[in-house]
Amino acid sequence: MSTATIEHAPAGHGAHTEPTGLWSWITTVDHKRIAIMYFLAATFFFFVGGVEALLIRIQLWNPEQAVFSAELYNQLFTMHGTTMVFLVAMPMAVAFFNYIVPLQIGARDVAFPRLNALSFWIFLFGGIYINLGWFIGAAPHASWVGYATLTSNAYSPGLNTDFWFIGLSIIGIASIAGGVNFITTIVNMRAPGMKMMRMPLFTWMTFVTSFLLITAIPVIAVALIFLGFDRTFGSVFFDPSMGGDPVLWQHLFWIFGHPEVYILILPSFGVISDIIPTFSKKPLFGYPIVVYAGILIGFIGWGVWSHHMFTTGLGPIADSFFVAATMIIAIPTGVKIFNWIATMWGGTIRFTTAMLFCIGLLAVFTVGGLSGIMHAAAPITLQQHDSYFVVAHFHYVIVGGAMMGLWAGLYYWFPKVTGRLLNETLGKWHFWTTMVGFNLTFFPMHFSGLYGMPRRIYTYSADLNVDLFNQLATIGAFIFGISALIMVWNLWHSARKGEKAGANPWEAATLEWSIPSPPHHYNFPELPVVRSREPLWNDGEREEVLAVTMLEPETEPVMPVPSYWPILLALSITVAWALVMTGIWWVIVLGILPVFFCTLMWAFEPAFPEGH
Amino acid sequence: MRVFPIWKSTVTPRLRASAVRFLPVLFLALLAGCAGEFPQSTIDPRTDFADIIHSLYVSVFWWTMLILAVVWVALTVTLIRFRAKPGDGKPKQIRGHMGLEIGWTVGPALIVVAIAIPTIQAVFATQRPISEDALVVEVTGHRFWWEFHYPEQGVTTANELWLPVDRAVTLRLGASDVIHSFWVPMLGGKRDLNPTLAVREGEEPKYNYLYFTPRETGLYMGQCAEFCGESHAFMAMRVNVVSDAEFDAWTAGWLESRGAAIPAAPAREGGATEEAVQEAEEAGVTLQAAAPTSAVDLDPLAVQGRDIFLNQATCGACHAIQGTAAQGRLAPDLTQFGLRTSLASGILENTPENLAAWIIDPWRFKPGANMPGTQYAMDSRIVSGNPFAWPATGLDDEQVRAVSAYLLSLK
Repeated sequence: MSTATIEHAPAGHGAHTEPTGLWSWITTVDHKRIAIMYFLAATFFFFVGGVEALLIRIQLWNPEQAVFSAELYNQLFTMHGTTMVFLVAMPMAVAFFNYIVPLQIGARDVAFPRLNALSFWIFLFGGIYINLGWFIGAAPHASWVGYATLTSNAYSPGLNTDFWFIGLSIIGIASIAGGVNFITTIVNMRAPGMKMMRMPLFTWMTFVTSFLLITAIPVIAVALIFLGFDRTFGSVFFDPSMGGDPVLWQHLFWIFGHPEVYILILPSFGVISDIIPTFSKKPLFGYPIVVYAGILIGFIGWGVWSHHMFTTGLGPIADSFFVAATMIIAIPTGVKIFNWIATMWGGTIRFTTAMLFCIGLLAVFTVGGLSGIMHAAAPITLQQHDSYFVVAHFHYVIVGGAMMGLWAGLYYWFPKVTGRLLNETLGKWHFWTTMVGFNLTFFPMHFSGLYGMPRRIYTYSADLNVDLFNQLATIGAFIFGISALIMVWNLWHSARKGEKAGANPWEAATLEWSIPSPPHHYNFPELPVVRSREPLWNDGEREEVLAVTMLEPETEPVMPVPSYWPILLALSITVAWALVMTGIWWVIVLGILPVFFCTLMWAFEPAFPEGH
Repeated sequence: MRVFPIWKSTVTPRLRASAVRFLPVLFLALLAGCAGEFPQSTIDPRTDFADIIHSLYVSVFWWTMLILAVVWVALTVTLIRFRAKPGDGKPKQIRGHMGLEIGWTVGPALIVVAIAIPTIQAVFATQRPISEDALVVEVTGHRFWWEFHYPEQGVTTANELWLPVDRAVTLRLGASDVIHSFWVPMLGGKRDLNPTLAVREGEEPKYNYLYFTPRETGLYMGQCAEFCGESHAFMAMRVNVVSDAEFDAWTAGWLESRGAAIPAAPAREGGATEEAVQEAEEAGVTLQAAAPTSAVDLDPLAVQGRDIFLNQATCGACHAIQGTAAQGRLAPDLTQFGLRTSLASGILENTPENLAAWIIDPWRFKPGANMPGTQYAMDSRIVSGNPFAWPATGLDDEQVRAVSAYLLSLK
């Protein structure tokens, strides 16, 4: 659509500066503004999911305690999982994709700017929609994995599960569109000389993650549509009494679900692969190996899904295959960790907050990886599956891996976005409260799991003797909550009063640091020519690049025009899906008409100003 | 804030801390500054099955500790040694080292192989029958209770599984509604109960199996490990591992309750026995002329309770009590109820007070349970997946006490 046009847009026509005001944000197609909106929305949902987590921890403070009803508790943990995975970790990573990738490869925007806006609005509306159940006391309640037949009309009457499957279906559209957008951007829109093997690791991992998005999300989309048909139109995909199979849901869910784990973790691996070299003043050790390891993780990630199903009863041959595949995937992950340590080895390490979060990731993600090896051993999983040991494991991986990396990225790139540094003192408070709170919350869960406390239970018997572990976890959770408040205060405070950053406060090597902070809305007045992986670290190349990127053009490059069709199309898609709840076919068909209308209007609207 | 009244087991097995293989446990326990008794401990095995899992766990545990030590030490040394110091110049720009890359690929690969081989051996070892002579128990998960049927003995019970010590057991696992998971940690790992009861006619239900041999008598605690709905947390169970003689006496007692003369130790080819019982029952047992047990004879309150149970509240539409007209199959079989240590699937101690409280208001303890209270019908709140509604029993406190006395007299 607009690929070629942006790249070769001639400077010198249609000079304008980016407008301000609410309407300009609603209609924006600028990847940087979309990124900021993604970040703010994900942070909002992070607090929603966090409050749910704290309520869970309050209920589990004492054994045999009933602060809430069992039903409300089930809604809380279902929505905590759903929110943190789909509305926090994923969109938070997408916020970074959006802001950073075009800057790292020397592009003026993503390939499909309006599609990018559509992705954001669909994500936002889907995220709001899935939470609407709270307002009528019918939030989803069948856990974030939604195993059949618990999600059937028979065992989940009411609207709870309808909010869940419709909300997730809507959000999935955003992810697939985003994946397509970033693959196209990275393949087509790199600056001259930016060969694939010169791309920063964050861009590489975005590339791998995008492939996972466009291949994994359709699988859960299929599963959700099956579920939707079962619930709305009486089909029997998962109903054993009519020849359906509830285990089919588990396969579909985990064929999506395991690549999803790498969708969450690979962006963070990319982030720290860029940050560690910067603060060690050394290039990434074993660049090609780290890239290949990431690609390999993406591939093997498709062959391990049934390690979530060792208790399902697939038989010893299937179990053995998935044992082997799961253990193999530990190898490239280990290789990455050793390469990061080797990058630091021999360097001069600056302990900025961004670097501390990277180090924190290395320290705690390893714990989660190793308990993962325990779970790869299928017979051990027979004990640990669906116990708090597993809860400890995946929080070490997702919070200790994915979220730590994103927080590192937040401190690293915040000055690029706002032109101001985040406060380092507050940052260190944020880091240390996170480390203490996180470990105090999740480490004791290893013990409660080993001593037989199942997950997803509303309360537990005093006989289990796991009160101590639960109380430690609850205290830790509140410390963790405080760390999040410190982070938000730091963001608020530093965005307005923080120290001015300049173009390259960290003396980093990659292209995004060659342009002013915050960047112009067109990013690059002219496209720089890249000759190496670290253009800003090489004498000669640096001066050439900066001569182009710091240019103040007399007339600005032509950028795509704002459009309100993305938000209207997103709204109409959300409404169309919501009408599925009625179960009346003609209402559903009528609901699709606005989608067609908005798509048409979008198609006939010019993407660029008249004359371009 | 409400606190559940009682949820205590009578036996809490001691944590044994002798052998070397318990070192990791001790290590972890010390780390947490904690000691005590853990009746659902996954690291205190009491069957061959649990032993296989535990020894694998211990070996993998040490491998992971080794890797963790290597990573943490390397990280710490690097951070201390190469921290930025004033006057540092630009470090040497090293881009990689093929030898190191090969080293830290091959090293972990060898460890992975060392873990994978015993793992796959254990996968096969834990998924085959131990003995052809194994005691078979058909376990069915219901929301939110457990049904145990012994096809060989012709015995059906609920929530408290009786097993003879030192005899191989095969559990055949199925479910009537949603997926549940059978987990008694000290007896071994868990296995899902996939919905099997409702499969379409002509299709083979997909049962799962668990195989183990309990080696110590005692009362073991377990609970459902696959989220199954509102009262998932309240779907506990107990396993009573007893001597052969006690087990035989228990099955014989159950069969005697049917009013048929049963040998003390039922024959292994028990299909015939069950048929015989069936015939005897059809011939001799009617609604009012239920074969009375001696306890019922003695206690007038229990006699009154039996009448309420069978005729007034018609509990027998869902519950079964052998030797009476109560032959319902939708709810736990209550034969020999007085022998049980717990009620409501392992969440309450079996006392007259708890039993009365349960009959009055089951939802107080187990929201979403498919049982009417004295004041509310089963369909007065949304009971999902329930095939039919049942009216409130309408019993007053005195009647409830009588029913409790009757049930507790069933031994």
